[in-house]
Amino acid sequence: MEEFVQQLTNGLAVGSIYALIALGYTMVYGVLKLINFAHGDLFTLGAYLGLTLLTSFSLQDKMGPLAAVGLLAIMVMGLVALIGALLDRVAYKPLRESPRLSAVVSALGASIFLQNTVMLIYGARFRVYPQDILPRTVIDFFGMPIPLMRILILLVSLAMMVALYTFIQKTRIGTAIRAAAIDQGAARLMGINVDRVILIVFMVGPALGGAAGLMVGLYYGQINFTMGWVYGLKAFTAAILGGIGNIPGAMLGGLLLGVMEALGAAYISIAWKDAIAFLVLILILIVRPKGILGERVAEKI
Amino acid sequence: MMTRKRGLAVIGIILFATFPLWMKYVRPDDARYWVDVINNVGLYAILALSLTVILCDAGMYNMGHAAFYAVGAYTGAILNTQLGVPILLALPVAGITAGIFSAIIARPVIHLRGDYLLIVTVGVGEILRIALINDVFGITGGPNGIFGIARPELFGFKIKRPDHFFYLIWGFAALTLFLFNRLKQSRFGRALDYLREDAVAAEGSGINTDRYRLLAFLLGATWAGMTGSLFAAKMTIISPESFSFWESVVIFMIVILGGSGNMAGVLLGTFIVIALPEVFRDFASARMLIFGLAMMVMMVFRTQGLLPPKPRKFILPKLAEEGD
Repeated sequence: MEEFVQQLTNGLAVGSIYALIALGYTMVYGVLKLINFAHGDLFTLGAYLGLTLLTSFSLQDKMGPLAAVGLLAIMVMGLVALIGALLDRVAYKPLRESPRLSAVVSALGASIFLQNTVMLIYGARFRVYPQDILPRTVIDFFGMPIPLMRILILLVSLAMMVALYTFIQKTRIGTAIRAAAIDQGAARLMGINVDRVILIVFMVGPALGGAAGLMVGLYYGQINFTMGWVYGLKAFTAAILGGIGNIPGAMLGGLLLGVMEALGAAYISIAWKDAIAFLVLILILIVRPKGILGERVAEKI
Repeated sequence: MMTRKRGLAVIGIILFATFPLWMKYVRPDDARYWVDVINNVGLYAILALSLTVILCDAGMYNMGHAAFYAVGAYTGAILNTQLGVPILLALPVAGITAGIFSAIIARPVIHLRGDYLLIVTVGVGEILRIALINDVFGITGGPNGIFGIARPELFGFKIKRPDHFFYLIWGFAALTLFLFNRLKQSRFGRALDYLREDAVAAEGSGINTDRYRLLAFLLGATWAGMTGSLFAAKMTIISPESFSFWESVVIFMIVILGGSGNMAGVLLGTFIVIALPEVFRDFASARMLIFGLAMMVMMVFRTQGLLPPKPRKFILPKLAEEGD
């Protein structure tokens, strides 16, 4: 029982990170019908920018640890959002009218470019986050010790997701995003600046991804330049699992995948941990391509 | 004009075919090394040509090509080390195994939209790599792989030096070029052209699109499997790390950069991606960065690749002049 609860909470923490990244995939897909392959690398960038800001400003000495991490998160999210917007302008905007393959290839190119930029700047080895930022408190949950960090990650992610959901559902810009996702042409005719909508999507998604990168750094304590594509693929699986283009779907898919992976690693085999996500991805695409709550992705001729 | 072009081509081919012979005099110190680089170019060229059938002719985004390459390499290596089958005899078996593997994978996902197919093939490649590392059937040697693969023998001649392999690999490459070129002109090739340009119209004209797509996938994978066996013969040692996701990316990149579907373009792409970084070795660490950038720039300014395929030409029979 104890192991089950440990794995479950661990799965929920990792799953909420997947969910945050998955939101970026799903939002871009919703509006542009493009899989932004570079999204995973924006997540990596978030982790590395977090490390740089953390070590160069040592904020945790000037204010409390929680305030420091909060401020750090805001800075990282802002920077990654800017890079996301830049990425859209440089790599995707010129290809709006091009065939699908062109945009996919450009996205792959962007992914390779970003990943290797990180490698050339920070080196190919694992980098270690300072361990003393957040207190390693363990709380007692019905007699079972649960690290506070897991609960914090889950709560902060859930808060961000709720904020995003309200933003999409309740604000004018959110309405514009939903309209552009349904029909770009009609949205344009209704006076919506679709270009600006796309730009906003390319800022919000990467900002969440960057925050997820920071969380991974704080949670696991070490980061690597290639981690973006593993997390990216898993988050993409989460987005498909929940139904791509669907925001609550991404959240559900992320949490579900995290839990499945954690339990699978614990009860089936740790060596196959990374294969579980890919197996889920392939099975879901064969059996129910539209995901749990989403649109169809298979072509029928 | 035409004859002059042809003459230049003949001279080029002769120069290339004698490359290991004259390289000995040009670079006496590291001739072997450069021949080996060109051998690698040959292997990647065959892989890229086999991917072209899937990616360009049939229009399916396969980014797990290294998986079929791996299946072929492992089949060849296992047959050779466990059962003592000469590696060149194991070559067709390796190809067929990779082909069957690809058909099992592709059958249920062939109808998926392009970018989803891409993700599935990436996933398949990763699952296979993890399976190889975990030594799933107890015969793949786990993370260390398989070593001690015997050198290939052809009519009693033992192929062991890089210049021997040069002729083996580039001979196979030449055969591949010839066969794939013939295939393009065939009914099969024309059917693929049609279904890539307009799948609905092709289906309407009685082309079984799913069957042709599957056949293209099978053919490309079979060829990659045979190349895998060649690779195993050349290296005498293989491990899961030789077939990582990045191998698939590199092969994909070669096809896209070279010019989707043109064979000369694929060869040019292979030289650029595989041989050029060896020449500018100071920039080796920035290799992938430059290629990533090149992929983006290329898609924005020259989507069709460096040497795009020429549209198919049909010479119409001369019509009888009417009236006047």
